[in-house]
Amino acid sequence: MRSAAKISVIAIGAAAAWLGGVGLSGADPDSQAFDQIERGRYLTTVADCYACHTVPEAGKPFAGARPIETPFGVITSSNITPDNDTGIGAWTDEQFDSAVRKGVRPDGSRLYPAMPFTAYTKMSREDVMAIRAYLKTVEPVHQPVKSNTLPFPFNIRTAMRAWDGLYFTEGEFQPEGSQSAAWNRGAYLVQGPGHCTACHTPKTVLGGDKTTDNLRGFNLQGWFAPDITGDNNQGLGQWGEADITGYLKTGHNRMTAATGPMAEEVVNATSQYNDRDLSAIATYLKSLPQRQDNAAPLPANSPVMIAGQAIYRDQCSACHGIDGRGVAMLFPSLAQSALVHASDSTSAIHLVLRGGRSVATKQEPTAPGMPSFGWQLNDEQVAAVLTYIRNAWQTAAAPVSAETVGKARNQLRTRSD
Amino acid sequence: MPKKLPKKDVVIIGLGWTGSILAHELTDEGLDVIAIERGPWRDAPTEFPPNYAQDELRYRIRHELFLRPEQNTFTFRNKMNQTALPIRDWGSFMPPNGVGGGGVHWNAETFRFMPSDFVLKTHLTERYGAAFLPEDMTIQDFGVTYDELEQHYDAFEYLCGTSGTAGNLRGQIQEGGNPFEGPRSRPYPTPAQKQPFSHTLFAKAARELGYKPFPQPSGNLSQAYTNPLGLRMGPCTYCGFCEWFGCGNYSKASPQTTILPLLVRKSNFTARDNSEVLHINLDRSGKHATGVTFVDTGGVEWEQPADLVILSAYTLFNVQMLLNSKIGTPYDPVANKGVIGRNFTHQTISSVNGFFDNKKFNFNPFIASGAIGMCIDEFNGDNFDHGPHGFVGGGYMGQVQTNGRPIQSASVPPGTPKWGAVWKNATRDNYLSTVKPGTGVHGSFYSYRDVYLDLDPTYTDRFGRPLMRMTIDFHDNELKQNAFLTDKFAEIIRAMGAHTLDKQYRKGPYDATDYQTTHLNGGAIMGTDPSTSAINRYLQSWDVPNLFVMGASAFPQNAGYNPTGTVAALAFWAASAIRGQYLKNPGPLVHA
Repeated sequence: MRSAAKISVIAIGAAAAWLGGVGLSGADPDSQAFDQIERGRYLTTVADCYACHTVPEAGKPFAGARPIETPFGVITSSNITPDNDTGIGAWTDEQFDSAVRKGVRPDGSRLYPAMPFTAYTKMSREDVMAIRAYLKTVEPVHQPVKSNTLPFPFNIRTAMRAWDGLYFTEGEFQPEGSQSAAWNRGAYLVQGPGHCTACHTPKTVLGGDKTTDNLRGFNLQGWFAPDITGDNNQGLGQWGEADITGYLKTGHNRMTAATGPMAEEVVNATSQYNDRDLSAIATYLKSLPQRQDNAAPLPANSPVMIAGQAIYRDQCSACHGIDGRGVAMLFPSLAQSALVHASDSTSAIHLVLRGGRSVATKQEPTAPGMPSFGWQLNDEQVAAVLTYIRNAWQTAAAPVSAETVGKARNQLRTRSD
Repeated sequence: MPKKLPKKDVVIIGLGWTGSILAHELTDEGLDVIAIERGPWRDAPTEFPPNYAQDELRYRIRHELFLRPEQNTFTFRNKMNQTALPIRDWGSFMPPNGVGGGGVHWNAETFRFMPSDFVLKTHLTERYGAAFLPEDMTIQDFGVTYDELEQHYDAFEYLCGTSGTAGNLRGQIQEGGNPFEGPRSRPYPTPAQKQPFSHTLFAKAARELGYKPFPQPSGNLSQAYTNPLGLRMGPCTYCGFCEWFGCGNYSKASPQTTILPLLVRKSNFTARDNSEVLHINLDRSGKHATGVTFVDTGGVEWEQPADLVILSAYTLFNVQMLLNSKIGTPYDPVANKGVIGRNFTHQTISSVNGFFDNKKFNFNPFIASGAIGMCIDEFNGDNFDHGPHGFVGGGYMGQVQTNGRPIQSASVPPGTPKWGAVWKNATRDNYLSTVKPGTGVHGSFYSYRDVYLDLDPTYTDRFGRPLMRMTIDFHDNELKQNAFLTDKFAEIIRAMGAHTLDKQYRKGPYDATDYQTTHLNGGAIMGTDPSTSAINRYLQSWDVPNLFVMGASAFPQNAGYNPTGTVAALAFWAASAIRGQYLKNPGPLVHA
């Protein structure tokens, strides 16, 4: 059975390549050439197609059917294996390109931006064709998927035309001549295939990118995807290039560790980026400017800081240290963690209430975990200890209120992740 | 009929220290390995996180991490002419349960045995003559030497990140270490832990009495460490909740911190928890294991076929498994024949509490770790001339106080009432100024013809299998040894400045309700002669060559040290023999 399936892959691949060669895009490289498929494999990983288009543990890569949580409801990802009936085996290269870079389906209707075509539009056609070449080689899976499971009125795809008009700017990435090649490569990866903006850029109420706040952090799925600009307090300003590349490669660095949705991104994608690309991403992110609205530190003798310090010493310091600096690669340095000092404390509250598990990677298999304190600390106590760690070590961030903790606690009750 | 599962290369019974080591080594060899564990999965941050691990009532008094006697227990008697009764609450030792086994709740004292401990019978006979040994003492040589095990001790210490001060580096005696230890090929991976006040004071007093104190080798780490598997550990916080407790902040060496996170990433490793192995299956010849049969929590029986079986449960369960699987000849103490169950031993523990002037001494006893301590080895093994004393054996001694926990560490001077206002006042007055070493004298327990394990004729477990019956008592040799060592120990505590001493000698009969240590040994011992040992020098069953038996059940007798370092070194040694010799040519590695 196995070998039969493989033969059919090759046969389909060959047929599609032959069709594609007829008049449509004669300039595209040979989709059966090893270098094209290998380049496509790498770019498919960079773009992390796997994450949304695969149900983990189901053993059917790229067959779709994974529920994707959006602020408007749940969308189910499509089957992108080369199955003729239920996948994209019968698509032409043009149709594939339109879906990826324009958000337009073969029937002319619009994709929902859960598919990050607003980022992928910045990819070059060559890169998209390479991904196409690779996806032709994966095992076809016959799996029909009902993709549109949104409630009314969001289930009306034609509404997406108006959305596209508001928030979608089609067009390939244009390098900036004044910047280095590394910076341009980094910008391309972050804005295009890496689609970092999908989580890290704030969204409007309709889910469009607030481009003026590019990569300054966004609250989604019970977490706050932190500011990843060069901001010293809330962003990556204190991170060196090695801190950024190490974090993306291994999920850990001397200051923090990936957890929550980023853990999956590290495993599926960034840990497999090549070193040159990671370095380019670091160059680009470090160049993004400081923000101007950072808070002033709370005085150490304020009642909430005194209470917070007492809780911190009892509950947190065994791992994170009296000085808040933790143990490199094991216990995050709260004094230096962007997650701790973020304008939105959702992730920090999440970790204190529910605990968390950092990511395990080949280079860093330990995957240390943090216990839940939600059963032990009430909202006031969580607020106090978070306010303390946000302001304790020559750092400054707005206090966390008990009401904010209470709301987060309620929201977490409904989440299983 | 059990349901039959697909065959594996290796099945491991029990996923504690040795099961984890063998699983790691054999998966590295490319073999497909399944480990079957009776207890639950245990993961540090979820099972014993730092925000509730320090609960003396839950873990120390109510035995949270240990086997429930309702699931399995043992029967106990002192003498062969008595009727053994089931142990219904753990006392003198704590049977571990769950993934990580004893490696979860140990104190992490990571000693090596001395070179002479491995050739004990030969050594003592040569020095003192055979007639010097008690007639019914059945000590034997291990069949493996310290020099052969050195690299495997080293492997375990570097796996754990053990904190210590070398005493003998490639034959050169080192200042500040234990001068009596065997030569080690390199220093400990991390420096010794810092010592609290009373421990430092003990060392000073010992030095002034002419001894050479050294820091106890510790698996509670003095600093952050990354082991050869790439796993990270943090520095110990001296919280004083170590033995009987799990460590939630990654600073105590355990399978959870040193092996399992890597092991679970391997595609050729599988674990089944909450599944109890009933017996090892043999083919018709009785000389070849075909796998194991286990039962899950739903009562469903499964057969797991495998080419190689690793038995790596706790001492008593190893022996019970062999007897219930009809592997090897059961030991018969009357006829002095058979091997399975012979040379069962424990430890000979005593201590001396010292009471000090509370206006001059404040020891802050709660600042401690599991393997903290300053020790001396002048009275261990055969480091002193036993000729004038009329006994053999010995032990290390030291201020090894691991905690100031409120329930168990409240000590009052002898003669104080056990309750009421006087007791309360005495507790208050002495809490900070008392030295309570706990296992201050850590003595050997040599083997005897009438100390052994066999299947109980009356009591059975929930599956109808006979319970393991322990027949154990102290012999005069051990009691004499203990009296001598306890007096020597008391001299040092007195020299520290104690105004009152409470000498707690070990006295017979052996008491199954009084905690000593969890160091039960023997019953499936290693050796060079199949008529007096169950397994050969590579821990391979003489009777079933595709079965290897790990653990302290291999010790022919117990030395005056904690066993885990040696248990782990033997596991690495066996793994090396399996990888280097057995797999190339499966069959007996030793032809007797």
